Amino acid sequence: MAISRDEVLHVARLARLALTDDEVERLTAELGQILEAVGVVSELDLSEVAPTSHPLDLVNVWAEDVPHAPLPLEDALANAPEAEAELFRVPAWRR
Amino acid sequence: MAPVVDTLRLTAEDAQGLLERKEVSPAELRAAYLEAISERDGELHCFLRTTDKVAEQGVPVALKDVISTKGVETTAGSRILSGYVPVFDATVAARVKGAGLALLGKTNTDEFAMGSSTENSAFGPSRNPWDPTRVPGGSGGGSAAAVSAGLAPWALGSDTGGSIKQPSALCGNVGLRPTYGTVSRYGIVAFASSLDQIGPVAKTVRDVALLYSIVAGRDPADSTTAELPEPVRLPTADSLDGVRIGVPTELNEAEGIEPGVREAVRRALELSEQLGAVVEECSLPRSVRYGLPCYYLIAPAEASSNLARYDGVRYGPRAEGSSYQETVDRTRDEGFGDEPKRRIMLGTYALSAGYYDAFYGQAQKVRTLIIEEHREALARFDVLACPTSPTVAFPIGERAADPLAMYASDLLTIPSCLAGLPGLSIPCGLSEGLPVGLQLIGPQFGENRVFEVAHALEQALAFDTVPERLR
Repeated sequence: MAISRDEVLHVARLARLALTDDEVERLTAELGQILEAVGVVSELDLSEVAPTSHPLDLVNVWAEDVPHAPLPLEDALANAPEAEAELFRVPAWRR
Repeated sequence: MAPVVDTLRLTAEDAQGLLERKEVSPAELRAAYLEAISERDGELHCFLRTTDKVAEQGVPVALKDVISTKGVETTAGSRILSGYVPVFDATVAARVKGAGLALLGKTNTDEFAMGSSTENSAFGPSRNPWDPTRVPGGSGGGSAAAVSAGLAPWALGSDTGGSIKQPSALCGNVGLRPTYGTVSRYGIVAFASSLDQIGPVAKTVRDVALLYSIVAGRDPADSTTAELPEPVRLPTADSLDGVRIGVPTELNEAEGIEPGVREAVRRALELSEQLGAVVEECSLPRSVRYGLPCYYLIAPAEASSNLARYDGVRYGPRAEGSSYQETVDRTRDEGFGDEPKRRIMLGTYALSAGYYDAFYGQAQKVRTLIIEEHREALARFDVLACPTSPTVAFPIGERAADPLAMYASDLLTIPSCLAGLPGLSIPCGLSEGLPVGLQLIGPQFGENRVFEVAHALEQALAFDTVPERLR
């Protein structure tokens, strides 16, 4: 199953990856091959089969509402590339 | 001064005994492993970093670098997490510390646990202690190689489609991927959340069971965990009387299984019969043809979602751009290596409008079939047996440029992972001088039975886990 260069660029935008031209070229070929290999799942008629999203038969779990200390602010910001006051700092949103 | 113990042979259980009887001090034991690391890890590159001083006084342990360790850098083998120092412990890290185990260091992994050779680590590959020109398997090659080379008595890994079992097979030791939901993932760097599991690697089945008993059990911080229906028991069996072993034809005769691997597994099954087991063929008709494709839709789809969090805003290095958007896009392109990018792209595509039903939705239905056929087989048998890996350890570089060839390394480990079942790999012989792993698959929460079967076989096989070149 072939995937076009435009589709790769579209998916890269969705995935927030600024791919280089070389990467776009290589991924166009590789994703085509991989999609062809995984595409065999389409040969099965599964219209009557339910999908599995989780392999255990767990039902919802309720927890007691016990207050506990949250992560201290300084810890939460400790790994930030840039922080200011109580906030993560980022460049301005491009309008 | 000669080391007080032979770390190549010492089991964790025996190490614990030495400490309890005060024949060895915690400091001496730790020093012996650190010395082995300084002696052999320059070549093998199992560890990304070792820890200086720890408070715990028990048996040392190594943790795969996807497990958050408070105050100790945790990178998941990725540049995008280089310099990241967790501010809390993963539940499994807290549990091993709570049991007194002393952290030796963090072991190498394919980037975000995506790979079957550790060649995808941003910090360089690990090497196989049996033959350093070959891979140790992956993604948990660092943990498995460390155990085989006597650099750690035991270690924890993570397994999404075979990342514990396959490296254990290739390095000649014992690795358990537990039942999905039995071990907390709180604080684990997530790859594919409906598949990720944490589990132990060690030299013996009993050590694996012991470490599993320390980390298993429900965790209030991870709502996908379940209570164990019964406590973990250390196995003692030396007979297989009354044990029914199913041998799925498709998993034992798949294309690509090396003759030497097939032969070693066949001998182990014969030995099982001599030990009293009933060994019969069975069938998992869809697991091989559709397992790998199903996995390579589900896992990348979930990965593309999990890896969306790496944006250079809250942690990790940032590539500066003129806007927020450019900063995020450039940080991700520079921070992720080729394999995570490939999987993010594949997963995003499989989840995108117009393709969701045909790819991700269809794969989720295939998964249901694979679960059902395993359930049917395990209604007739106590365990299922097959090779863990189709091949022995392959040369570094051999599959690095061919994603599909690399993905095929997990052909036989993936089906039971999709089904959420426990799988244990034990060494069952050599082929071309390299270890072969036997995979034993049990029913959900069937770890105790799997341990008993594996222990009886292990005693009879008497495989020497020390790599020949290090004896």
